Amino acid sequence: MEILQGRVHRFGDDIDTDLIIAARYLNTSEPAELAKHCMEDADPDFVKRVKPGDFIVAGKNFGCGSSREHAPIAIKAAGVSCVIAKSFARIFYRNAFNMGLLILECPDADQIEEGANLMVDADMGVITDKASRKTYRVTAIPPFMQELLKSGGLMAHIGKKITHDNC
Amino acid sequence: MPVPMTITEKILAAHAGVSSVRPGELITARVDIALGNDITAPIAIAKFKEAGAGCVFDRDKVILVPDHFTPTKDIMSAMQVKAVRDFAREQNLTHWFEGGDSGVEHALLPEKGLVVPGDLVIGADSHTCTYGGLGAFATGSGSTDLAAAMITGEVWLKVPQSIKFIYKGALQPWVEAKDLILYTIGDIGVDGALYQAMEFCGPAIEGLSLEGRLTMANMAVEAGAKSGIVAPDEITRKYIQDRARRPYTFYASDQDAEYARIIEYDVSGLEPQVAFPHLPENTRPISQAGTVPIHQVVIGSCTNGRIEDLQSAARVLLGRKADKSVRLIVIPATPAVYRQAMEQGLFAIFLDAGAVISPPTCGPCLGGHMGILAKGERAAATTNRNFVGRMGHVESEVYLVNPAVAAASAVLGRLASPDEL
Ligand code: SF4
Repeated sequence: MEILQGRVHRFGDDIDTDLIIAARYLNTSEPAELAKHCMEDADPDFVKRVKPGDFIVAGKNFGCGSSREHAPIAIKAAGVSCVIAKSFARIFYRNAFNMGLLILECPDADQIEEGANLMVDADMGVITDKASRKTYRVTAIPPFMQELLKSGGLMAHIGKKITHDNC
Repeated sequence: MPVPMTITEKILAAHAGVSSVRPGELITARVDIALGNDITAPIAIAKFKEAGAGCVFDRDKVILVPDHFTPTKDIMSAMQVKAVRDFAREQNLTHWFEGGDSGVEHALLPEKGLVVPGDLVIGADSHTCTYGGLGAFATGSGSTDLAAAMITGEVWLKVPQSIKFIYKGALQPWVEAKDLILYTIGDIGVDGALYQAMEFCGPAIEGLSLEGRLTMANMAVEAGAKSGIVAPDEITRKYIQDRARRPYTFYASDQDAEYARIIEYDVSGLEPQVAFPHLPENTRPISQAGTVPIHQVVIGSCTNGRIEDLQSAARVLLGRKADKSVRLIVIPATPAVYRQAMEQGLFAIFLDAGAVISPPTCGPCLGGHMGILAKGERAAATTNRNFVGRMGHVESEVYLVNPAVAAASAVLGRLASPDEL
């Protein structure tokens, strides 16, 4: 994976899927539409500030709540390159890998500051704050998840099993 | 010697075609039911088509239920339901529900006997874990998982560790399954069972109706769990025997199965619980709720929209009226619940109390329609999530309660216990 660079947008603990993309916008699954309302109820100005390649950094249990894949879709379509959190809710974790959004578990995510300029090397499992040179370790991505990311998500991964034999 | 396993591990092993599994192991498992709704299925269908797949793996095992924005609330949601309907017809799915056949998915499937004990169910809806109440392994997934399962009939899963919860003691009047699960989430927190399976047992669970067990398993996801489960017994058999149209298997945990934790509660002194905004873990006993004025009461959802729940609310509302300041909304979760409530005279009680009776739908539970909150408004709801903005404006609030407490709160216009009436 290439080394990612961008700025940090900080959020707290237990950021739920309603905060990531509110149910009132779920009458569509268009990524561009969803992106317009990404994180709206947590920070109404987020979409105005976020730049392609930026990072969302959060506390524990990021993505708790609903199974809506609209949440990782909205984040990805808003230009966020990677979500870094202390821990992730399980369906969000699954969805992110299945649809190819990079997410990293970082036990010290709380220490990463709002607006910090980061360099993220997912292969090495290291996050570096460019100004202070401070580094943070991320939990290694399990091999199966790496495979998913490499193949470009679950659909590509199951590719060979896609048949017309069921018909 | 066979390896001792939990009920969850046994179901997963059976569906992975192996004799045993261990927590942490990654498996590919066969699914008995793959479920989607009007919000999640459109993405799954698009992925299914993009992948160039022909037909679903089994037209009896893919179930699509439009329930979130139905009856369709606007043009865009109508387009989403249409996409799902077209797919269901094209694939000639056996179980497609719409209009007067449709209801809240997780209330509908058990009622129709479409999920049976021992099943492995994945659903593109987080409350798919509800079916654990029947002794099935059921877990929520995303739309991509649903697309893959519709094609292959399989799902990848990491075998979860289990936490065993033992509930001892008899429940006080007005204390219901909802209170047991709210109390549990209050104790362990919204990530207290992250990636794990919650196994509910003990005398208080054995004493619950099947409906009550569905309520408990329903909210396992609110503790971060992958699944919740109750071992099937005679109560399960009575519930399922006339509904099931395929064979079922009763699994049980081995005596010496391994658990990540064993947590025991004595619930004999437990009061009805209220989860304060904005997390289901912010629970308090109703006696410590203080004076919290309420503007809307919602009785319904996959958590508490079954007949038992409406009966519980009706017992409190009989001969009483909702306070003038409260909009009381009752939402029977399925057409069958709707009919039963009507035939049992509950509608008269609700109408006399000043309630609006909604057709079966998720409606306000997710802030979809049928009762959206304005800025500064507060709702007492029998639903399962009280996140910021969940039922409307970001500055509105949701308090999670059981149906009897919801009814009493409607009468008094503030959070209240039925004992205060
Ligand atoms: S009733 Fe509420 S929680 Fe249940 S499926 Fe519908 S929106 Fe989800």
